[in-house]
Amino acid sequence: MVQLTLPKNSTIRTGKTWPKPAGATNLRTFRIYRWSPDDGENPRVDTYFVDMDSCGPMVLDALIKIKNEIDPTLTFRRSCREGICGSCAMNIDGRNTLACIFGMDEIKGDVKIYPLPHMPVVKDLIPDLTHFYTQHESIMPWLETKSNTPAKEWKQSIEDREKLDGLYECVMCACCSTSCPSYWWNGDRYLGPAALLHAYRWIIDSRDEYTGERLDGLHDPFKLYRCHTIMNCTSTCPKGLNPAKAIAEIKKMMVERVV
Amino acid sequence: MADVNRGNRPLSPHLQVYRLPLVAKISIMTRITGVALGGAALLIVWWFVAGAYSPEYFAVADGLLSSLLGKIVLIAALWALWFHFANGIRHFFFDLGKGFDLPTVVKTNWYVIGASVVLTVLTLLLV
Repeated sequence: MVQLTLPKNSTIRTGKTWPKPAGATNLRTFRIYRWSPDDGENPRVDTYFVDMDSCGPMVLDALIKIKNEIDPTLTFRRSCREGICGSCAMNIDGRNTLACIFGMDEIKGDVKIYPLPHMPVVKDLIPDLTHFYTQHESIMPWLETKSNTPAKEWKQSIEDREKLDGLYECVMCACCSTSCPSYWWNGDRYLGPAALLHAYRWIIDSRDEYTGERLDGLHDPFKLYRCHTIMNCTSTCPKGLNPAKAIAEIKKMMVERVV
Repeated sequence: MADVNRGNRPLSPHLQVYRLPLVAKISIMTRITGVALGGAALLIVWWFVAGAYSPEYFAVADGLLSSLLGKIVLIAALWALWFHFANGIRHFFFDLGKGFDLPTVVKTNWYVIGASVVLTVLTLLLV
C-alpha cells in the first residue's frame, strides 16, 4: 500500500554532533542515519566532521575513518571495497549506490547517508534483506534442465553467451529494488527489479529448459506487472546495468507467447 | 518494502530522502495528469449537460468555464492532455523494449516536456 509518510517509530530526529578532529583544516560534514535496537529511541541523524586531507576519495573511506577515529559504534556492511560484493549499498546524496565506488567529489555540500530506502533497519545503515533474498530464491536462480545431463558440460555458443552480458554482472546489492516506488508500496508481492533481472537472465539462457515454467511463475498481476517503467532502477544501478529493460523483455515474451 | 518482517524495527526513509530522477518525476506527473484529465472530462460533460438542460443553466456553466479561473483550469487540462499523450507515446516505445539506455532516456525526458508545451501552445493558437 502507498504510504507517503514514515510510521511513528521511524520518524527521524536530530542527533548528536560529534567533535571536530583537532588541527584539521579541510573538514567535510557528514550527516548519517543512526538507529540502535537497544535503546528504544527513534532513528536520528548524527553529524560528523572528517579531515579530508587524511581520508581516501570514496564514501566508504570516510565511513571507515569515522568508525576508526570518531565513533566505533557506527554500523555498516562492507567487504570488498571495489564494487564487486555489493555489501556497502546505501542511500548516499539521495540516490542508492555502493559507498566503496562512489566518490565524494561527486557530492555537493554535506554528505548525507541513509540506509537503503523503505526497508526494515537492523542497525544504523544495515537494512534487513531477508525478504529480498527470498524473492531472489523464488525465481530459481540456477540452471533447470529436462534432458539428460551431458557427460562433460552444458555447452553454449558464443552468441548465446553474449545474451547474458549486462545481466550476469548483477551483484545483488539491492540498490535498484529499494529505489523503486513500486517496490516501496508493493514489495511484499512485487518481485522488484533485481529479482526480475535475474529471472530474465535465466529465461534467456540457451541452456535452461524451464523457460515456459519460469514465465508461468511470473504471470501474476503483482510479481511482474507492478513495474510501471519508472526507471529509478536503471538510473541508480551502481554497476550500470538495466533492470528496466530486462523487465520489459520479460513482458514482451509474455505477450509473444500468446499472440 | 511494505512491512515484511519489520517487527518493531523502523522503516528507513524513502520519499523523504530519495532524490527522484527527472524520468521518475515525469512518470508521477503522467499518473497525476491521467487522474486530473478524468476530472476535466467531467467538467466538459457538465458543460454539455447544462446546455441540454436550460439556457439559464448553460449561461451559468459557460460563464464559469470562460471566466479567468475557468480558462486557467481548461488550459492546464489541455497541457495535461498533451503531456499524458507525449509520455504515453514514450511508454509505447518502452513496451516495445526500446529507448531504455540512460542517454536516450535523458533525451526523451525533454522530448516529452518540450512536446507537451509546444502542442499546448499550438492548440491555443490554432483553435
